[in-house]
Amino acid sequence: MSSSRPALLTVEGLTMRFGGIVANNDVNFTVDQGSITALIGPNGAGKTTVFNCVTGFYKATEGRIRLQTEAGEVEVGELLTRPVLGGSYLVARAGIARTFQNIRLFKEMTAVENLLVAQHQRLNRNLLAGTFDSAGFRAAEDEGIERAFHWLRVMNLLDDANKLAGSLPYGRQRRLEIARAMCTGPRLVCLDEPAAGLNPSETEELSELIRRLRGEHGVTVLLIEHDMGLVMGISEHIVVLDHGEVIADGGPAHIRSSPAVIAAYLGTETTEVTP
Amino acid sequence: MDWHILGQQIINGLTLGSIYGLIAIGYTMVYGIIGMINFAHGDVYMVSAYLMAITLAVIHFFGIDSVFFALLLTLAVTMALTGLYGWSIERVAYRPLRGSTRLAPLISAIGISLLLQNYVQISQGARVQGIPTLIEGTIRFGSGEDFVQIKYVQVLILVASLACMAGLSWLIGGTNLGRQCRAVQQDRKMAAILGVNTDRIISLVFVIGAVMAAVAGVLVTLNYGSFDFYVGFVTGIKAFTAAVLGGIGSLPGAMLGGLILGLLESLFSGFVNTDYKDVFSFAVLVGVLIFKPSGLLGRPEVEKV
Repeated sequence: MSSSRPALLTVEGLTMRFGGIVANNDVNFTVDQGSITALIGPNGAGKTTVFNCVTGFYKATEGRIRLQTEAGEVEVGELLTRPVLGGSYLVARAGIARTFQNIRLFKEMTAVENLLVAQHQRLNRNLLAGTFDSAGFRAAEDEGIERAFHWLRVMNLLDDANKLAGSLPYGRQRRLEIARAMCTGPRLVCLDEPAAGLNPSETEELSELIRRLRGEHGVTVLLIEHDMGLVMGISEHIVVLDHGEVIADGGPAHIRSSPAVIAAYLGTETTEVTP
Repeated sequence: MDWHILGQQIINGLTLGSIYGLIAIGYTMVYGIIGMINFAHGDVYMVSAYLMAITLAVIHFFGIDSVFFALLLTLAVTMALTGLYGWSIERVAYRPLRGSTRLAPLISAIGISLLLQNYVQISQGARVQGIPTLIEGTIRFGSGEDFVQIKYVQVLILVASLACMAGLSWLIGGTNLGRQCRAVQQDRKMAAILGVNTDRIISLVFVIGAVMAAVAGVLVTLNYGSFDFYVGFVTGIKAFTAAVLGGIGSLPGAMLGGLILGLLESLFSGFVNTDYKDVFSFAVLVGVLIFKPSGLLGRPEVEKV
């Protein structure tokens, strides 16, 4: 992949084992600053596992996941295992946000509350200030509500602001989850199958939205998606996984014509792949 | 029907019930957030009674005579110290076991319970301890033999526990911190992915539970005047019953469960038999669990995929 943009995320030698099962084996790829990068592959290829490692949901068995931040470079594994204060929350604070394949909203909270929880790190963190309702706390809270409504507007969810997240229709829950990820103020947002279960017109709307996230809100997007129309339409960079390993890496045109990718998706007689 | 007995038992029941409710908060919040029963919670309540008596003695030593001021100071100090106990217990006995089997922290909780009882017994003696009556006087309705009375200290118990419950409901329902608590309760891993420091929130819940137990400890000690190193056991089990009755994991459930349990218990002892009141309370619990296993206000457990 040719681009003069610097890498925002660099995955090096990522290996993830669950007991004897190797979900990812020596995965290497980069996500350039300001790009839309897609991670594709057949079912069970290990895409979601890569996501889980990048977003701090799992601790990778081996390898390094480096993220560039304003304060310099951080390594996800180090954030997770940092003594005493380490944990997944540091990954979010470093600037990685995500959505899930099976939506994980706080179902018993309203849409706005879901967005406010995500802004915790920006709101006043002082316990006493919160308890005594200080002026500074009020201002931060107002700002948080304002930002929440901004994202509800962007996602076209204003009418649902005070409804319980669990009661929203599926498509709206998907959009709310993206809004919540954006409310953490991320540098990199990871979308796990954002188009799953959406109809064609909703998918069209979604690809427009992802373009706007990158174009207007300056966030870098990494997504897993099975809808090839969506993937080829919006991504500049595609990484293909199969059996836990990277089998192709490049622009849409390169991927479309790659024999290894075609073999992985459609299956071919072995003689054709390995001459 | 003796109406004055009914009235009296209702008053006693509400007082007792609000104490159960306060302690039940600790059980229900901890269960809600990490899915474990903190069996040491009753003993935290017991420790708070001792802390209260010690603080009161120290304050008296410094010659503070105003009962109001002394009580306020005692309450504050007891709440702070008991909160510290709650925080330390979580830090030492439960946090290192997070991520291991469900049973491990439960056993560790029983260990802490035994530790607290024995540590108090050794350091404070096994005899029943007491404090002098600080708040005297009653309000009496009716005349002659048939009267209903409410002690000032009972009024204090009702008002203080109502205030605590209202304050806590506001904290959980209306503040940023409470929102984080609810988020951690619903999906801890997700909350962490959004940047919430879940360990800190869990610590906070333990502190809140301990502080509520401290309020209960101070109020009960004011009312009865005596305590020993073993009071935490029965009271703890009762409060746990209240939490289960109301639906464990539910904050309003704990308060409601406490009040219902207190009322049932005192009505039973007023009209039927005092010796069997505990049997009756637990029989009610069994009944509720048979017909409504998730408790009065609890939600049925949903299998997470």
